[in-house]
Amino acid sequence: MAIVATRALTKRFGAGENAVDGVDIETRDGEFLVLLGPSGSGKTTVLRMIAGLEDPTSGEILIGGRVVNDLTPRERRIAMVFQSYALYPHLTVYENIAFPLKAQGVPKSAHDGKVGWAAGKFGIVHLLARKPRELSGGERQRVALARALVREPQVFLLDEPLSNLDAKLRASAREELQKFQREIGTTAVYVTHDQVEAMALGDRVVIMDKGRVRQVGTPAEVYDDPADTFVATFLGSPPMNLLERDGVVLGFRPEHVRNGAGGSDDARFRFRCELTEYLGSEQLAFGTLEGWEGREVVWRFPSWEPAPPEGSVQEVRVEKTRLRFFDAASGRRRPAAPLP
Amino acid sequence: MSSRARGGRWLGPALVAPAFAYIALLVGLPALLSLFLSVSDARVGSDEIRFVGLANFAEAVRTPSFRAALAHSFLFTLASQLLVIAGATLLALSLKEAFRGRGLVRFLVLLPWVAPISLGAIGWKWLLDSIYSVFNWALAAAHLVDPMNPPMWLGEPRLAMLSVVLVHTWRTLPFATVVLLAGLTSIPRDIPEAAAVDGGGFWRTHFTITLPMIRPILLVALLFGVVFTFTDMTAVYILTRGGPADATQVLPSLAFFTGILGGDLSGGAAISLFLLPLLLAGAIVLLRIARRTEVT
Repeated sequence: MAIVATRALTKRFGAGENAVDGVDIETRDGEFLVLLGPSGSGKTTVLRMIAGLEDPTSGEILIGGRVVNDLTPRERRIAMVFQSYALYPHLTVYENIAFPLKAQGVPKSAHDGKVGWAAGKFGIVHLLARKPRELSGGERQRVALARALVREPQVFLLDEPLSNLDAKLRASAREELQKFQREIGTTAVYVTHDQVEAMALGDRVVIMDKGRVRQVGTPAEVYDDPADTFVATFLGSPPMNLLERDGVVLGFRPEHVRNGAGGSDDARFRFRCELTEYLGSEQLAFGTLEGWEGREVVWRFPSWEPAPPEGSVQEVRVEKTRLRFFDAASGRRRPAAPLP
Repeated sequence: MSSRARGGRWLGPALVAPAFAYIALLVGLPALLSLFLSVSDARVGSDEIRFVGLANFAEAVRTPSFRAALAHSFLFTLASQLLVIAGATLLALSLKEAFRGRGLVRFLVLLPWVAPISLGAIGWKWLLDSIYSVFNWALAAAHLVDPMNPPMWLGEPRLAMLSVVLVHTWRTLPFATVVLLAGLTSIPRDIPEAAAVDGGGFWRTHFTITLPMIRPILLVALLFGVVFTFTDMTAVYILTRGGPADATQVLPSLAFFTGILGGDLSGGAAISLFLLPLLLAGAIVLLRIARRTEVT
């Protein structure tokens, strides 16, 4: 187990903008840290630099307190699971899992035991004689995880390992991955663009955009207290409602909108409903707030509540403690203010 | 039947026809003719032709020059193809990496293949000349050889064989390099990266991951090289004409000297066809292996 840290990590490809721009992150020992961001945010590049597959333009990478910039991937004692799984197609599952052992010079007599242990952890012992092309997507993913586990690395690096699975399989694989990481207790850095995965798996989430870190925090912190309007709108589906007036941006989550006039602890609005959507477990109403026209507002409520008729105007409220304020120019959070 | 299906019935054969005609007229017909000649007693200047069965083959095997040429053909092919495969693997591995001037190096590597072979071989003939050899001049200047008695690159049996092997290697290296480079670039980038993270060093990754993955294409390159080398006489013909004293004579050049220059058409045809069954069998085996080891 080890702590992974980056200091002012920067990567520039060619003469363009920095793909990764001064990133400082630090895991805790045994933590599951998720790097979350849209495509092109630099999260995969950060992971590849930690793995040693990409040289930083500047900055430092530390694993277990030691600067590893000049170490080869092999010397960093990390294991990585690739998005494509990168299984060796001409080797059997057994040979795939045994490859890191061979490469590390583990005596051959120990291979059977270790391969069996790693395969057992992921329930793939019956697949050991097969070639990767004879496996389903889910089975390949388990083989890739077993291959990463077998050498008992200091750190696990995972690059969108669930993105090639179908939606149903992904949910169960996510759950297994979480149980597995808790059991092994090895520090893991996990890259994804899927916020549900990030929220479900991460002890903490690092939110990245355009090569920079926008916020680091627990899933609840980044969701409830976004550091800026990017994080506020990147997380949540539908995202946080943002309304602007006099240089201040007011934000609140769609699920925090309530029906009725409310009391002194509530901010009151009049919601003009333009469209409703029934989604099974919940409903969405799209419209505008009177006096705040110009920006669409989404209201989320349970499917058993009656939906406002389209074209109607309703009294709605949001608890004042649920309101978030941002600076319109910079997008950064600012202290709570009286409603403008 | 739809018009598309009707078009499909004639379009395919029409597109294949020119290639088929080309192969039938320029490869098939001469091959059949030489097959016919090899079992006859045809000679230049005689209009009588009789069927003699396998007599020409039996006669060829009896002559010492044929047996020597057979041995030389194997030596020439094995040595040059070993060098080609090793060299092409090294070149392909280094040309796969990005570095400054890679385009220029790739162009230079391809040059021997693109330039007419006669030009190249004549250049080599001068480089290896007994009097004007620039190699000997350089070696003498470096005090590595006696300037009064320099090595005769094309005049001493062993050196002559070494010279034709090296020139043929120089000539066939680019093709094998390009084929291997294509094979290497077809390996997804993730695979060697996964091997690097898994702790594989250069040699282990090369021999347990890269090489097995490009084995099918490597075998195809080898097959082409072997068949081409067994049937080619350019380097030998231009550099040594099979000399000194048949020391570099290979089957194709012996067939040419016997059949065309010597006028013994049937004997030449028998010599040139001698390896056909062996090469066919070899080709089938190599293609089988290539198909079985297909990895993706």
